[in-house]
Amino acid sequence: MTAGYTSDALAARVAADLRDGWYVNLGLGMPTAVAAHVAPDIEVMFHSENGLMGIGAVAEPGQEDPDLCDAGKHYTTLRTGAAAFDSSMSFALVRGGHLDAAILGGLQVSAAGDLANWYVPGGQPGVGGAMDLVVGSPRVWVVMTHTDRAGRPKVVDTCGYPLTGRGVVDRVYTNLCVFDVVDGALVLTDLAPGVTTDDVRVATAAKFDTTGGTPWK
Amino acid sequence: MINKLAVDAVAATAGVRSGDSVAIGGFGRAGIPYNLIDAICERDVTDLHVISNNAGKDDDGIARLVREHRVRKLTCTFPGTAEFLKQYLAGEVELELVPQGTLAERLRAGGSGIAAFYTPTAAGTILAEGGLTARYGPDGEPARLLPAKETRVIDGREYVLEYPLKPDVALVKADRADRYGNLRFRLSARNFNPLAAMAARTAIAEVREADPEVVLDPDDIHLPGPFVARLVVVAPRLDSIFVERGGVRVGSWREAGA
Repeated sequence: MTAGYTSDALAARVAADLRDGWYVNLGLGMPTAVAAHVAPDIEVMFHSENGLMGIGAVAEPGQEDPDLCDAGKHYTTLRTGAAAFDSSMSFALVRGGHLDAAILGGLQVSAAGDLANWYVPGGQPGVGGAMDLVVGSPRVWVVMTHTDRAGRPKVVDTCGYPLTGRGVVDRVYTNLCVFDVVDGALVLTDLAPGVTTDDVRVATAAKFDTTGGTPWK
Repeated sequence: MINKLAVDAVAATAGVRSGDSVAIGGFGRAGIPYNLIDAICERDVTDLHVISNNAGKDDDGIARLVREHRVRKLTCTFPGTAEFLKQYLAGEVELELVPQGTLAERLRAGGSGIAAFYTPTAAGTILAEGGLTARYGPDGEPARLLPAKETRVIDGREYVLEYPLKPDVALVKADRADRYGNLRFRLSARNFNPLAAMAARTAIAEVREADPEVVLDPDDIHLPGPFVARLVVVAPRLDSIFVERGGVRVGSWREAGA
């Protein structure tokens, strides 16, 4: 077995940092998997930027409601305490700082906490709500593979892809480790099982501090 | 007497002209005014500037407008269809890409008498600094780029100046209405619908239910009647709600509001 988190274990690792009472937006892709790993003894409400607070699991076949979809355009469900609203109020929640965290996928994160996650030039540009989420949320966490499909580092000195926001990322979770962005610099704060600091260094194209972190359990 | 009920979708949309800017509500398949869009497609209406979150999904709705080459320009947050990408790269359609919260607020401002507003969204990105291709030329090279936007530092933070959207027409979908044009939406089908209606000079709504003899409770109204010019009651689109995947029709229809 290779060292590091599987995608499921990575989602569980992120979910372990959620706190009781939080309102959280989960982006498309890897962040979506976090919802299934929330501890049963805490209450976390998930925001969907198309106008819902308190979404649950994707609807079972046959149980879909045509008026109820999530930001990924899948038919979804609501949990107790959910609310529905229009897109303007939805982004008032986002930009106004009323969520506790936004968890997004990433193409690249820079050492200074810049995020690129919406556009690979040459393809179809599509930004959705990502730029609003990164400026408004008090905690911006990125969940992504440590390297891309070609094996290139995604944690870099300077992002090559167009940015979603500058200096917005607070924490990066990858299959290898967790980085915090502290005062515009990366700090390695946790290693995945079986991964060494040198493994991280080889797979990362940015300097990071290894002294500031206490490995979490 | 106020009665905004039109006889059918064709009558309700008769005033929509080629060249109009048209804000269309909906997100995913929820809250899309499919019947109003189809009614427009039954006439020779082209050259539209469509304002919506997406370029459609599946084959109907805005995807139909795009496929039939009725769209000159799309203002949206996430086009998301192969057909739109093809037309964009071929220089057949112009793209104004806007962050989702900014799109919502530009529509709200357009309907609210707000001349402009500053938002922190997109500061420091190409959507504020300019440079994303708005239209490709026939040679496949960028022919026109989105321009840079004004910015201003307020309390030490950079903000981007955004202007309102004031489309000629809005096509929206609501759950219930009364003859006064009061609308009530349902769950995530609300999304951009009330904002699009507010922003437009003429807002046209298709609704699941509106009894000419019954009015909505004043406290149950999401969008008051003055924002709405006309409305039409439409049957649920049973066939279009759930698409086939791998030859199997996935899901079953449960009537909205049931």
